[in-house]
Amino acid sequence: MNLSDVARKSKIIITCGPGGIGKTTCAAALGLAIARSSDRRVLVVTVDPARRLADALGLSGIGNDASRVELDGPGQLSVAMLDTKASWDALIRAHAPDAATTQRILDNTLYQNITGRFIQSHDYIAMERLHEFVDMGLYDLIVVDTPPTRNALDFLDAPSRMADFFSSRLLRWLIAPAKGGVMGLAAKPFNSIADRILGGPFVSDITEFFLLLNTMYAGFVERARMVERLLGEESTSFVVVSTLEAVPVSEASFFVEELERRKLHVRGWILNRVLPSSISNPDLAAAVTALSSADLTELAGELGVDDQSLGRVRDALVDNATSWSTLARKEVSQTIELARGSVALYPIPTLDGEISELAGLSRLGDVLINVPAVLRS
Amino acid sequence: MGVAPLRDRRLIFVTGKGGVGKTTIAAGLAKALSDEGRSVLLCSIDERRDLADVFSVPPLKFQPTRVNAKLSLMAMDTEAALREYLRIYLKLPIVGRIGPVAAAFDFVATAAPGVREILTIGKVCYEVRERRYDTVVVDSPSTGHITGYLAAPQAIQQLVRVGMIRSQSDWMLSMLSDEQTTGVVVVTTAEEMPVNETLELLGAIRSDTTTHVATIIVNRVLADLFVARDAALVQRLAASRHAPFNSSHLDGLFDAATLAGERRAVASRHLEVLRAGLPSDMPVVIQPFLFDVSSPHSIVSHVASSLAEEIA
Repeated sequence: MNLSDVARKSKIIITCGPGGIGKTTCAAALGLAIARSSDRRVLVVTVDPARRLADALGLSGIGNDASRVELDGPGQLSVAMLDTKASWDALIRAHAPDAATTQRILDNTLYQNITGRFIQSHDYIAMERLHEFVDMGLYDLIVVDTPPTRNALDFLDAPSRMADFFSSRLLRWLIAPAKGGVMGLAAKPFNSIADRILGGPFVSDITEFFLLLNTMYAGFVERARMVERLLGEESTSFVVVSTLEAVPVSEASFFVEELERRKLHVRGWILNRVLPSSISNPDLAAAVTALSSADLTELAGELGVDDQSLGRVRDALVDNATSWSTLARKEVSQTIELARGSVALYPIPTLDGEISELAGLSRLGDVLINVPAVLRS
Repeated sequence: MGVAPLRDRRLIFVTGKGGVGKTTIAAGLAKALSDEGRSVLLCSIDERRDLADVFSVPPLKFQPTRVNAKLSLMAMDTEAALREYLRIYLKLPIVGRIGPVAAAFDFVATAAPGVREILTIGKVCYEVRERRYDTVVVDSPSTGHITGYLAAPQAIQQLVRVGMIRSQSDWMLSMLSDEQTTGVVVVTTAEEMPVNETLELLGAIRSDTTTHVATIIVNRVLADLFVARDAALVQRLAASRHAPFNSSHLDGLFDAATLAGERRAVASRHLEVLRAGLPSDMPVVIQPFLFDVSSPHSIVSHVASSLAEEIA
């Protein structure tokens, strides 16, 4: 069992995990390796790649549309970056009943604020774009790099929250005064408090905004439900990514729990940047201790250096190795601990330096799809 | 008059890209300040379990939890903040009655978190103004979102032309603008994305907000292993593996040195980019990489003691 097997059975792979652990790089490397090793048409959707990674993929600037990456393999690789604002505008254009409504929404101050800045709108759009790419039918596999959400899995809830919002009593309250009638009376206490705090003009701005959005109710709710279904399908695999450090592991465990609670398919946990076995080797500690008290006089003579320099170098090497071996052995026990869980682990050794070109990304990708799973022990 | 040192600011926002150790630094800073005898409220905006774990207290709530006489912790909860706000300013006596309204507001806050941002900023500014604590340290949202919070009063002023919120945004804005009172601490690591985001954030804070960045803290920086003239000797040892360096168990000794050397080189490169992009008078605090991380509490104690010397 390896990630290549997981990919073969998947139409969508969603990578999620904490920030700062190489999640985006892993998603891109995974997509790249699958495209190179199969004849599948692969799309990687990413949120905010590092400049270095974007350069490696030949991406210049932010583009909402997919662009092809030149490959040496049989498959195809395309990459798309998420542009929240442009995606929202496209969504409004698609769902608004007419051109006049479209324009009024795009011009609304609240709309501009919500789409431009807000965190949740990002999550919703990521899922919305996923659905769109699936609809296009141009790709056999879509790898989605999720926004590094720290609280729970907001992006998963975003579609349903959006649907709930549109069918909510609150929305009816807000737009009731504009529509008049019985609902207008029910909204009165809410509006009088809102008026005192926020001032009348702002409240009517809000009302207008939601009234406009309400014209797209049916389209939004339907889309949100479709995205939800898509996420739960058998061919949608979730892959969690973290390093073996304490904080990322605890965040990733939380992701796994939440995904499983939602009955979504967690098909692997990538453990990125694992320290090499020569450093986690339990015999290293004893050897280092022996070395720390070894007599260096003879060697110093042989090398033609003074005892003091050699001693200083030896001490630095010993201190450094002691530190790293403590860390590496902690990683080993962490891996053993995690192997007791239900998710297949994929430990990826730390690679030299930084990934700054397609070749480096390919190297990581090949390791990713070939490393055998560490299964429940 | 010079700018107040970080330790004398009353409102400190700690931000940084996800994964750089922002929460650890915020906790270390709060501990360092409280160890000096200041009374500190540490407020977590996106509460996760680790802050409570660090100080061995139950999960945080909106009502502050006391760690000791000088340090209290709270978790932001916008619905509770709204309820408190309504109670204080509208004298709405019965919480039950406003239940549906609060729920409705929370809904708006979820769909349009501008509401969330102003309630959050409003609450921390209120705590500073009430002077129940000497210092309020805010474990803030990450680099991508912090400006939305710091600029919330201006955003409200643009959107809301009259009403109570409008007038309240005035005093919040002047508190956030005052460099003697308020400062942002940006935490980064010596890696590409965090450094880029830090430099971008500095630009965004300058252009979109009136708040000032007080200090940059570079977290988890590996020190150089050897002075330059020793590095050649290490190369010779690794190549020849003379006794007593000849045990095969010692492969890890040299692998660890290579690893440290590579990571240090990468870090140096990014540190250079960072320094080149910063204004020359911006304080930069280097927080060393800690190998001895037996518990979250021990990391925070380390950070607190090293920060105590640096934040003057």
